[in-house]
Amino acid sequence: MVYDALIGPFTEFEFMRRALAAVIALSLAGAPIGVFLMLRRMSLVGDAMAHAILPGAAIGFLLSGLNLFAMTAGGLIAGFAVAILAGVVARSTGLKEDASLATFYLASLALGVTIVSIKGTNIDLLHVLFGNILAMDDQTLLVVAFNATVTLLVLAVIYRPLVIESVDPLFLRTVSRAGGPAHLAFLALVVINLVNGFQALGTLLAVGLMILPAGIARFWSRDLTAMICIAVVAAAVSGYAGLVLSFQTRVPSGPAIILVATVLYIVSVLFGRVGGIVRQLFPGRHLEA
Amino acid sequence: MAALHFHNVTLGYDRHPAVHHLNGEVAPGALVAVIGPNGAGKSTLLRGIVGILRPLDGSIHLGGLDARDIAYLPQSAEIDRSFPISVFDFVGTGLWRNAGLFGGIGKAARDKILRAIASVGLNGFENRPIGTLSGGQMQRVLFARVLLQDASLIVLDEPFNAIDSKTTADLLALVKHWHHEGRTVLAALHDMEMVRNHFSETLVLARGPVAWGPTAEVLTPENLMVAMRMCEAFDDTAAACGEDGRSQAA
Repeated sequence: MVYDALIGPFTEFEFMRRALAAVIALSLAGAPIGVFLMLRRMSLVGDAMAHAILPGAAIGFLLSGLNLFAMTAGGLIAGFAVAILAGVVARSTGLKEDASLATFYLASLALGVTIVSIKGTNIDLLHVLFGNILAMDDQTLLVVAFNATVTLLVLAVIYRPLVIESVDPLFLRTVSRAGGPAHLAFLALVVINLVNGFQALGTLLAVGLMILPAGIARFWSRDLTAMICIAVVAAAVSGYAGLVLSFQTRVPSGPAIILVATVLYIVSVLFGRVGGIVRQLFPGRHLEA
Repeated sequence: MAALHFHNVTLGYDRHPAVHHLNGEVAPGALVAVIGPNGAGKSTLLRGIVGILRPLDGSIHLGGLDARDIAYLPQSAEIDRSFPISVFDFVGTGLWRNAGLFGGIGKAARDKILRAIASVGLNGFENRPIGTLSGGQMQRVLFARVLLQDASLIVLDEPFNAIDSKTTADLLALVKHWHHEGRTVLAALHDMEMVRNHFSETLVLARGPVAWGPTAEVLTPENLMVAMRMCEAFDDTAAACGEDGRSQAA
C-alpha cells in the first residue's frame, strides 16, 4: 500500500523516473544558487530574472515550437542581456543593483509581450508558464543534467570570491579583481538554473525550487556548508514528494512541488532550530555563560 | 625609494575635491598618522592609496608595490555580519594573496590563521559566527586578517573608533609591532594624545594638506585651528580648479 503510493509510480512508469531524475538534478544545482541569492539579499532578483527570461523563452517557442533548445537559447540571451546590463550599470554608476535590474527586466518583459502579441497565440504560452515535468523526454533530461553539471563546476570555481564578496565586498576589491567577474558569473548561473527549471516547473515557479529550500535551510543552520546541504536535501525531498502528490492527485507537477516546499518552509519557520518561532517563544532557561 | 609618492593628487567625488593638491612622500617603514576634522578627506585619501578611488587629478605612486602588498582596514567596513561565516574562515580570507581562487589551506596555513587569531586575543573564538561578536571583538578579527595579509603597506582608517581602552591598547601594540617589523603604516586617527605619544610622523589634512612632518613639530594648536577652518564649504557651483597645486601645498 505504502509502496504503491510512494515507490510504485517510479518503478512502473518511465516518465516518472525521468521526472525524478530531473528534479534531483535541479535540486543539486539550483538549491546552492538559491542559498547565495538569499544570503546576498537577492531573493527577489531571482524572481525578477524569471520575468526577464520569459519573453526570450516565449520568442524561442514561437519561432521553433516546443523545442527546449530554442527556448533555452532565447531565455539565456534575454536573461544574460538583462543580468549583464543591469550588473554593468550598477557597478559603473551609483544606481543600486535592484533598481537597475527592475528597469531592465521590465523593458525585457514589455518587449517580449509586444512581440508575442503581434506574432503568436497566448494558449501556446501556458506550457511555458507552468511547465510539464511529466512530459520530459530523454533529450530534455540530458540538457537539464548538463546545465546542472556546468552550474556546480562554475560554482566551485567562483566559490571563494563569491563568499568573500558576500561578506566583505570592499576587502575583495582591495585584494583581487575577481569580484566583478564572479558576480557576473553568478548572475549567469541564476539565469541558467531558471531556464533549467522551465520544463519541470514553468517559468513562473522555476525560481521556487531555488529560493524556498534556501529559506528552509536558514532555519536549521548557521554554517554555510551545512545550509547548502540542507537546501539541496529540502529541494530534492520537495521534488520527490511533489511528484508523488502530482501523480496521485493530478495536480500539475510544478505547483505540487512548490506547495510541498512551502509546507516544509512553514514547518521550518515554526520549529526551526535557528530562530524558529516556537524556539523563540519557549527558549528554555538562560545559560550560565 | 619612497613607499608612497603623492604627485599633486586631487581625490574626490563627482568632480568635487575631497583631497586637494597633495604632494609628498612616505618613506618605507614610516609610521604616519593622518589627522584632521570630520570631512577633511582622511578616508578619501586612504581610499585613493589602496586604489578603490581613482584620483581626479595627479597620481599616487606605490613605489613598486602591487595592490596585493597593501592591507586596508576601512572605517565602516561594508561587512555583512549576518553572513554565516566563522571567525576562522573570515580571518583566513587574509591569505588570499597566497591561496587565491584554488590554493589549498594546508596545515601550515591553518596554524598561521590560529596564531593570528591568538595574537589578537581571540583564542577559542575560531568557530564562532562573526555575527555573534561585539564591536571590539570584530575589530580584533579585522586586525587578525590584516596580520595574515602580511602586507608591506598597512592602511588603517580610524581603527580605534568606538573601541574600549583595553582593546585599543592591545591593537595599538600590534600597530607598533608592525612598525618594528619595518612595515609602512598609515592610520587616520582622532585621538591627538595617541598620535603625540605613538606616531612619529603626522599629516594634518583639511582637504588641502595643512602640515606634514615630525609629529612634535606638526601637531600644534595653530595647525589644528587652520585645519578646522579650512574644512568647510561644499560649493555646488564651484568653478573648475585652475591651480597647479604648488601654492597650497607649501
